[in-house]
Amino acid sequence: MHAAVVVFPGSNCDRDLAVAFEASGAKVSKVWHKDTEIPEGVDIIGIPGGFSFGDYLRCGAIAANSPICKSVAAHAKRGGYVIGICNGFQVLTETGLLPGALLRNAGLKYICKTVGLKVETASSAFTQGYTAGDVIDIPIAHHDGNYFADDATIARLQGDERIAFTYTDTPNGAKADIAGILSENRRVLGMMPHPERAADAAHGGTDGQALFRALSGALEAV
Amino acid sequence: MKARVHVMLKNGVLDPQGDAVRHALGAMGFNGVEGVRQGKVIELDLADGSTEADVTAMCEKLLANTVIESYTVEMN
Repeated sequence: MHAAVVVFPGSNCDRDLAVAFEASGAKVSKVWHKDTEIPEGVDIIGIPGGFSFGDYLRCGAIAANSPICKSVAAHAKRGGYVIGICNGFQVLTETGLLPGALLRNAGLKYICKTVGLKVETASSAFTQGYTAGDVIDIPIAHHDGNYFADDATIARLQGDERIAFTYTDTPNGAKADIAGILSENRRVLGMMPHPERAADAAHGGTDGQALFRALSGALEAV
Repeated sequence: MKARVHVMLKNGVLDPQGDAVRHALGAMGFNGVEGVRQGKVIELDLADGSTEADVTAMCEKLLANTVIESYTVEMN
C-alpha cells in the first residue's frame, strides 16, 4: 500500500499518521499543500489532524481550497481511498467529499481525552478489522467536532450504513452521536477521533491499530 | 469600492456561542434577552467594476459554508 499524507501549514498529526501507516506496512509519501499532483501509484490519501491555516475563517475551509485538494477530490472521484482525521475530517466536509459540517463543541470547550467509540459498520476497508458493535477506546482532541447535517442527510447516512463510528457518550453535541462517516462508495472516511494516536503500545492503547492493518490488508490485495 | 458580507448560522443550527452570550447577559442583569445569534462580518476592498455576483461567488466558494451558514451581501 502506498499512502500519501498531505501537510498544510498548521498540520500537527502528519508525522503520527505517517508512522501509523508505516507500521501497518505502507510506503508513505508526504505531500505539501501547494503541490498539485498526488504521487503516482498512491492508493490512499491521509488528511491529518491539526490546525490548518490557523483554523482561520472556518476549520478546514482554507485548506479545502488549497491546490492539493483538487487532486484529492480527483483521486476520490476515481474511486481512490481517502481518510481524514480530526482537522482532516473538517477539510473533507469543506471540500464536499463528505456531507455535513463540524460545528463548535456544544460545551464550547476544547476536549482532549480518550473516549469510547462504537463501531457501527464493519463494511468498509477502514472498519473491516472490527466487528460491528465493538466498543473501542480512541483519543479525541478538538474544539469543533460537533457533527451537524440536516435531518434528511442524517437519515440517509443511517439508512445506507455510512456511519462508521458513534460516541458511546457524546462529548461534543454531535448529531446522532456521529464520530465518523463514510462516503457513498465507502472509500472516503472522515472521523474526529485519532486512531493514529492509539496505534502503538507506547500510546497507552492500540485500538486504532486494526483500522490501519485492515486498510493495509485491503489495499495490498487490490 | 467595498462590499460587506454578513455570515450567520442558519436557523435550526445550534449556536452555543450565542447561547453563552445570552446566559452572560442574563447573569449581568440584562433581563429580557430571549435569544442571541452570533455571526461574522467580512469587509472586502474591491477593484472598481467588481459586481455583487462576484462577491456572491466568493461567498458560495469560500466565505460561507452553506451547509450551516447563510450570508447576505451589501455593496457600497
